[in-house]
Amino acid sequence: MEKKKRSFSALICVAVLLLFVVFLENLSAIFPQVPQVFMPTSPLFTVLKKAAVYSLVAVSMNLLNGFTGLFSLGQAGFMLLGAYTYAILTVPTAMKDQVYYLFEGCAFDFSLVDMFGGIFGSEGAGGAFSMVLGCLVALILAGAVAGFFAYLIGIPVLRLKSDYLAIATLGFAEILRAIFQWQKLGKITNGANMIKGFPTFSSFNITNSSGVEVLRLSTFVPFLISSICITVIVLLINSSYGRAFKSIRDDEVAAEAMGVSLFKHKMLSFVISSFFAGVGGALFAMYVANAQAKAFTSVMTYEILLIVVIGGIGSVSGSVLATFLYVACSEWWLRFLDSEQYIGSFKVPLLRNGFRMVVFSVVIMIIVLFFSQGIMGNHEINLGALIDKITRRSKRSERKQ
Amino acid sequence: MEYVISVMLSGISVGGQYALIAIGYTLVYGILRLINFAHGDVFMVAGLMGIYFTATLPIGVALPLVIILTVVLGFTIERAAYKPLRSAPRMSVMISAIGVSYLLQNTATYVTGGQPMTYPDLRLLSNTVNVAGTQTKWVVIVTPFLVLILVFALTLLINKTKVGMAMRAVSKDFETSRLMGVRINRVISATFIVGSALAAVGSILFFTNYPAITPTAGAMPGLKAFVAAVFGGIGSIPGAVIGAFLIGICETIIKGLPSSWDVSVFSDAFTFALLIIILIFKPQGLFGEAATDKV
Repeated sequence: MEKKKRSFSALICVAVLLLFVVFLENLSAIFPQVPQVFMPTSPLFTVLKKAAVYSLVAVSMNLLNGFTGLFSLGQAGFMLLGAYTYAILTVPTAMKDQVYYLFEGCAFDFSLVDMFGGIFGSEGAGGAFSMVLGCLVALILAGAVAGFFAYLIGIPVLRLKSDYLAIATLGFAEILRAIFQWQKLGKITNGANMIKGFPTFSSFNITNSSGVEVLRLSTFVPFLISSICITVIVLLINSSYGRAFKSIRDDEVAAEAMGVSLFKHKMLSFVISSFFAGVGGALFAMYVANAQAKAFTSVMTYEILLIVVIGGIGSVSGSVLATFLYVACSEWWLRFLDSEQYIGSFKVPLLRNGFRMVVFSVVIMIIVLFFSQGIMGNHEINLGALIDKITRRSKRSERKQ
Repeated sequence: MEYVISVMLSGISVGGQYALIAIGYTLVYGILRLINFAHGDVFMVAGLMGIYFTATLPIGVALPLVIILTVVLGFTIERAAYKPLRSAPRMSVMISAIGVSYLLQNTATYVTGGQPMTYPDLRLLSNTVNVAGTQTKWVVIVTPFLVLILVFALTLLINKTKVGMAMRAVSKDFETSRLMGVRINRVISATFIVGSALAAVGSILFFTNYPAITPTAGAMPGLKAFVAAVFGGIGSIPGAVIGAFLIGICETIIKGLPSSWDVSVFSDAFTFALLIIILIFKPQGLFGEAATDKV
């Protein structure tokens, strides 16, 4: 009963957060005089969007590394699969010739958005509905493709021990990157060029008939999708499967002795993690408004791994928190380190392009070396309990009065 | 025919350069069971130092200085980033290695301003020579011989000296050799010193034949060298060298295939495909010892 109540209040918290995001984004429309930070072009919204996308990928990596103890470095590869699946399936048919002009058109002349447009109409509300439906189906397929490839590669590599698994999955990601840049597949993947023209986050902004934005939802959409996915991952972790994962992490031999099928559960964790990495990759493509194999390098995997470490290996809320901190620092708060700064007439030394990342990586090294637990260790922020505490306290104060 | 010779020549030379990096990986992995992700970046930093020093100093001073400073760098990395985590789980050390790699790449971007840097003309190595009708650089000819000499010297070091004996002992059994009075930290430092010195030599040879150094230029050769080390059986020096030559030659052959096939993008992917195949069918590599896990 208590548990049910807590998960219910956690759900309310997430809903409130989502509403707050919608409110924040439309603040400038309601009050035109708000400070620059709340304007739609402000870095605030870039950070929020990117962090929402990255937090999903970080949590999916944490499911694998933190909860199942499988040290995999293939995340960028599965993101790439998701990004391309989404992009190929949603580029409107009318745009295909333009996007694939180097290869004289795309191999399959079909787009989910247009397909649903054919059913529900492509104008007005019907058009909006078919776009949302098309994107949704494409997102799920993006995850499914990533999960399917994870299953295929998982059969051989999941037998490997810790660091061999890491290097094999890293290698798999590099192989994928090469395949997607192969010119012979240009009709499908557009070779080494980027695919663009598909619906992005800003396509979800609602405009009226004269093209003026009525309701901005471009930040809300990644938040919504990420929170749904993360909720599913949390439910999985708290289920009996999640307990089996943790037992594998803590002691493989003991887990096997207790009747946990190692291979089955490792595979399950690997496929689910890759599914969400694929969805995350599709979201990433929506965020940057293009899909290009060049972006999904091993550096991206390292970045996500470092986020997971900063948040605490084995803590979902830690990963989410760390993602927002990490993205905010790298995209916004530490930006000033990249250009020359003056305090009065004194020129601060060392500041020039690239210094931000140096400071940043030094901070990461300090965390890795001296605070290896990260922000949260393996604890969670328990939203339900938090609310419980607050409500109880207010009740107590009421009683006193 | 001439084409075949030129492909084989450059394959052998690339292989030799990978071999020098691969030895660093295999030594460290043999002792610490750590994939030193930062090793490729140490190699890149050595290349950058080569550019900066040869611009101001005569080559005779600059190149030894590059080797010395690379050794210092390798030593410092071990002391600062790996030693504090000696008793931590293996995953933490690997994460620390990834962190160091990230730091080195970002620092290199800061110092160079993100511009690709070209390696200077080292008179002796960059001059061209005519071998069996094909023009090639001296470095291509010199590399395999230099590699063989260095490997020979290293084998002597490991088999005949006291440090070498300690290295072998530690790689066999970390805990026991510590109990027998081997100074673990010294041995580990020695390993990093040897590995970094070889990487520095490798970087001089590799980058003279390479268009430009970017901050990420070390990552790919590093990973390939690691694959070579796995291929040969991790912990085995001859294995790493043979693996590296094989990978170097295969890679150059793939790059040299007719351009209408357009398979040169797979020169990197091939290495990793090889890795996955090796790990599935012969995880201990060509010359590695099969390890058994005790419960």
